[in-house]
Amino acid sequence: MHCTERPDDFEQRREKLKGMSDEELHRYFWQLVEQIVEPLIDEARTHTTPSIERSVLLRMGFSSIEAKQLVEKMLQRNVLGHGAGRLILELAKAKRLSIRETGVALLSGQYWEELPV
Amino acid sequence: MKLSPDKKLDVREVLKELDKYRPRRKGWTWRKKIENNRIGSFVYKDTSENLSHSVPLPAAAYFDNIDPQCDFVITTEIASGRFEDDLRRMRMAAWHGADHIMVIRTIGQSHIDGLIEGTPEGVGGIPISRKQIRASRKALDAIEDEVGRPINFHSYVSGVAGPEIAVLFAEEGVNGAHQDPQYNVLYRNINMHRSFVDAAEAKKIMADAAILQLDGAHNANATAKQAWKVTPELFVQHAINTAYSNAAGMPNDLIALSTVPPTAPPAPKMYYDLPYAVALRELFEGYKFRAQQNTRYMESDTMETTITHVLDTLISRMTSADIQSTITPDEGRNIPWHYNNVAGVNTARQTLMGLDGLMEQVELRQDGPLRQNVRELKERAVLFLEEILNDGGYYTAVEKGQFVDQGYFPERKGDGIIRDPQGGDCADTVIPRHADYGAPVCSHFGNNSYAQHGNKPCDDYGGCTLCDPSKIQYIDELDEQDNVGKRLEQSLADKAAGLIRPEVEKHGDSIVCVTVFVPENPEVAEAAAMGMARQMNLKNPEVISRRVMHPAEGSVFEIKGILDVAVKLEELQIPTMEELLSDEAIEAWVRPRDIHIVAATVGEDEHSVGLHEILDIKHGGIEKYGFHCHNLGTSVAIERLLDKAEETNARAILISTIVTHADVHKQHMLHLHTLAKQRGMRERLVLVAGGAQVTEQLARQCGMDAGFGHGATGRDVGSFLVRVLREKWPG
Repeated sequence: MHCTERPDDFEQRREKLKGMSDEELHRYFWQLVEQIVEPLIDEARTHTTPSIERSVLLRMGFSSIEAKQLVEKMLQRNVLGHGAGRLILELAKAKRLSIRETGVALLSGQYWEELPV
Repeated sequence: MKLSPDKKLDVREVLKELDKYRPRRKGWTWRKKIENNRIGSFVYKDTSENLSHSVPLPAAAYFDNIDPQCDFVITTEIASGRFEDDLRRMRMAAWHGADHIMVIRTIGQSHIDGLIEGTPEGVGGIPISRKQIRASRKALDAIEDEVGRPINFHSYVSGVAGPEIAVLFAEEGVNGAHQDPQYNVLYRNINMHRSFVDAAEAKKIMADAAILQLDGAHNANATAKQAWKVTPELFVQHAINTAYSNAAGMPNDLIALSTVPPTAPPAPKMYYDLPYAVALRELFEGYKFRAQQNTRYMESDTMETTITHVLDTLISRMTSADIQSTITPDEGRNIPWHYNNVAGVNTARQTLMGLDGLMEQVELRQDGPLRQNVRELKERAVLFLEEILNDGGYYTAVEKGQFVDQGYFPERKGDGIIRDPQGGDCADTVIPRHADYGAPVCSHFGNNSYAQHGNKPCDDYGGCTLCDPSKIQYIDELDEQDNVGKRLEQSLADKAAGLIRPEVEKHGDSIVCVTVFVPENPEVAEAAAMGMARQMNLKNPEVISRRVMHPAEGSVFEIKGILDVAVKLEELQIPTMEELLSDEAIEAWVRPRDIHIVAATVGEDEHSVGLHEILDIKHGGIEKYGFHCHNLGTSVAIERLLDKAEETNARAILISTIVTHADVHKQHMLHLHTLAKQRGMRERLVLVAGGAQVTEQLARQCGMDAGFGHGATGRDVGSFLVRVLREKWPG
């Protein structure tokens, strides 16, 4: 699927824009942009990615190497949709461990069956 | 860490206790504009605060060495591959007026799904890692203290690890960053869903850390064959990223549009580029503008590039800009060299100083073609947006090749960039958030179960790294061979041995550049120029610029090569500079003594300017100290000078000798010395020569007591005369 060649038919296409003031044209420009952006930002609001989850774990005090391994394992277990940070925080609460202790335990293979999913 | 202007930056000092370093501030800093700023003899309209240390423009020597600073932030982009060498370049650029240092990333980092650690060497940029970022920010802290102005540090939040890099930048006090998911989609073929979902998180993190965002639209006219034809699309790209950033929580004043005047001479640049610049600023009122210079048509001729960049900068001043970015004049031919970063910065600095106050005197005509062209561009952009929506939205429009088509929209050439919404790097990595999805951290975008209750999302465990930086995990090095410590061994060994090598990019690269004009046809001339370079013992010589002067009469070449020599510091004979006497001290000695001086431009030489600079009171010459100066004018015979000296009982003769054809300047000096001797006057006279080709050493060889070359001032000459005369006639 791709655009084919098309001559410059600006003069016909602009007919409906001709009557607009500059201000109206600007407003119309931004209305169109917002319509384009809306579905994109909706997807971002309701979805996540491995990079987002790793960035959450960085913020929770894990190194980039730890964050990468933890997220990879969660992705394999298909639990990333709950949020890597939430899984670790809620597990830490349940186990009465610190965040880092919980992450390190997970990295050593412990507690994977007890993740709060 | 504190820098001293006479000492080189010590990278070991930068690396010391880096694990404990914390940035002193977060967020972007603008220059502070000063209305009607009096600097030296002038009142400036568009300037900001002065620097405490800088290297002024060369002509400043004629204007009391003033160094006014424009009101735009000035950017330089630095990329050698080794951050430790880049730091020195940053310092040089800062001394010439750069306060936005943009660090280019190594090739391929965009496709690395995660962060890089340590200090591996890069290609065409550095691998952005925590250690490199931290070391650079620490060095810039010291550099900004040295120059007396905050320096914004900048890199890229793009590729497939955008959110992590954004966190890294927020934690480490990076002040500006590129972020535009469209760049991922169009130029890197990174999956579009992944790019946009990542971008919202990255933008939220950047917004909260007050990191200024630059978008990526300028890349469309850097890649389009006819860049001025993609202008309607550029408005669209800017708008999509801008609206998306706003929706992700970024305020308008952190959103900067990266915009480039699309054409270059011989195209009628102003006629095309000015309406584009005006239309952009009208449609995006309230946002910031990062004015970039043209790279699309710039190749190997650094002079041509510089002139185009001057015109680009003129457009910035005639419309508006918050940041004036600079492109090194050699970017089209190699990875930029140290001194070309400085050259690029100076193109902007010199141009903007020259344009100061312009818009108080001129305005753009609103009743001519400008207004009509501005309107047409906006309408074409609106039609582009309508077509995206008619096609079913952004993703489908990209899939149909609507972007970076060479046609002037609505014209289509059918050659746009086509990407599959379900394909590309990291396809199928976007995951729906469950109803219980949570991210217990600050600066998170979108649905989040921890954002429900009024507290901070990270309260449950005592705060995230953005609230408590002590939780940041610092990794030093991962590679035992590829790291800064290893690389420093060579430069430290050279330093210990007192070895000095030429350099353009990295320590010890030994690259030099020679200019050769050869009076032959282009093919013969180039072969001959290369032969000459080899005879100069340049290794791996390569022509980096060629310009035909005439198809038969000759061509000029710039040839780079490796000059594999090291000079030993201990073997250098460095002339010691005598400290100049103060104006007051010179005058105090001269005025009561009634000293006569005879001067002239000698030989067949009508140049009078040089001597006026040295003698005349209105040019700051030695008359002001009370010397009685008898300037005999131009084309004066040596005999006449001596006659006049005899008549006035003069103590010194000053000759100016500008013409140097067939070494005539040497003959004049020798002649003066010999004739004075023959007439028995040499002992009582101080003989001084000046001229563009005169050096102290040459003058002394030719019998003079002193020689003054280009840039000498009345004070230099006055100070010398007093020292010598004091010795000859103490008391």
